[in-house]
Amino acid sequence: MSGAEKIAVQVTDIVPLNDLVTRFKFERVDGGLLPTFSGGAHTVVEMRDGEVTRLNPYSLMSDPMDQLAYTISVRRDDEGRGGSLFMHNNVKVGDEMTISYPVNLFSLDLRAKKHLFLAGGIGITPFLAQIKQLERFNGNWELHYACRTESLGSYVDELTDRHPNETHIYYDDQDDKIDLTKLLDGQPLGTHVYVCGPKGMIEWVRKTAASEGWPREAIHHEEFLAPQPGKPFEVKLAVSNKVIQVGETESLLEAIERAGIHAPYLCRGGACGQCETRVIDYTGNFIHRDHWLDDDEHANGEKIMPCVSRFEGKTLVLDR
Amino acid sequence: MSKFTFPTSIRSRPVYGTLEERDGSAHLLIADAHGAEAILDVATPLMMEKAHIIYIPKGEAFEDKLRALNPASFYAGPTYAAAEARIHKAFVDAKMGLQVYLTGTEGLIGQAQYAAMEAGIPHTAIQTEHRGSTARRMQCVHCKGITEDVETDPFVCSHCGLNLFVRDHYSRRRAAYQGVCIDAEDPGNVPQAKGIYE
Repeated sequence: MSGAEKIAVQVTDIVPLNDLVTRFKFERVDGGLLPTFSGGAHTVVEMRDGEVTRLNPYSLMSDPMDQLAYTISVRRDDEGRGGSLFMHNNVKVGDEMTISYPVNLFSLDLRAKKHLFLAGGIGITPFLAQIKQLERFNGNWELHYACRTESLGSYVDELTDRHPNETHIYYDDQDDKIDLTKLLDGQPLGTHVYVCGPKGMIEWVRKTAASEGWPREAIHHEEFLAPQPGKPFEVKLAVSNKVIQVGETESLLEAIERAGIHAPYLCRGGACGQCETRVIDYTGNFIHRDHWLDDDEHANGEKIMPCVSRFEGKTLVLDR
Repeated sequence: MSKFTFPTSIRSRPVYGTLEERDGSAHLLIADAHGAEAILDVATPLMMEKAHIIYIPKGEAFEDKLRALNPASFYAGPTYAAAEARIHKAFVDAKMGLQVYLTGTEGLIGQAQYAAMEAGIPHTAIQTEHRGSTARRMQCVHCKGITEDVETDPFVCSHCGLNLFVRDHYSRRRAAYQGVCIDAEDPGNVPQAKGIYE
């Protein structure tokens, strides 16, 4: 499968929230209902930017039961490859776009007795949908949300107004930090932790929880990696018998697709494992960026995740 | 000899490990009979400072040795049913960071594992080690009755009296293996009973 099924949508609202984050609302072009989803799901948005097509995953933040519209929030990344800049600068109300059916790689474990959410910055978005889902059946949850500054605290007002007892906000510039060890200590048996934010935050939460004796299965994380630009490189695709060039600002997966070759994918963010590709031969170094393959697999050079990982060296031959 | 190597089987069949000390805010150790030996092997003074041992001797003389480990809390009870209220309370009071160690017969491990799962611990995060009797806790798939300590295959359901074949098909929710009527098509044609692992 190359991605989830597609839906033709129209942009019906664009709301800038602060200097970095803008919210987009999508409704079906044919006027029909969108599928319901589960909190934590994302959609892959197709961006046609002249010759270049980008497919970026964004967490759905609207009510999972609202079938009239989906909303996403996009944080502008001035250093990225241009997907978020395209959304911010080029997309206008009334534009028609293509998005994928929702895919959830960060779902709630509904066996949990309590859901403890830890958000960093734009990592708040999946929790907005999960909170709406849990509120429907009076779920037990608590949110700890770290933002850089008050002015960059997307949805802080909405959360503190609606859920004053469950929401805890921390501002970096006020030297306000989540005291994680204290927070984890004494949580009732059956509590699950969900963390979404920068890589460092996810590592910190996973390591701290493990050292406090929390089971690995009770710690859930999501980090979408945007493919990072890098030096151009050449790849031989053995099955298709083609040699392709991967440009500076495109991902290996995008280069394979540009050559007209069918390649599986789902999240395009190094998380789901769908695009895993076998390496037949190589001379050089891999720049692995995914968190699907484990450390051994990153070291042995037998597999690569073309959605986010790159290569530097003389030869790379893939089983594709 | 309290250790037994089970033959490899279908995926449904539980696989047991060897208990090891893990970092945690508290340690709950539940054992029956020869499971005491596994506790004696894994216990450290540091672990015992935060340990609660619940033990069902089933006629074995390990109680004094376990008490001598000086755990923070110790309970010995005659049967699992008698200990159940205590086990339930231990989970209700527990916080995240609790480490659970289950050892002894499959019936004890399975029932305590179900109690831990109900309390919200993922089953894969619960440590288990088999020791002692290889008798099984069996559920009759026909009348749903449980027969404890089954040692032969086939055996007679203690509830409905059907002749049951001992399967490796296991239910974590029932904490029991499934027993299926062996002579349904030809009533009375029952093979000679033999030990489950013979």
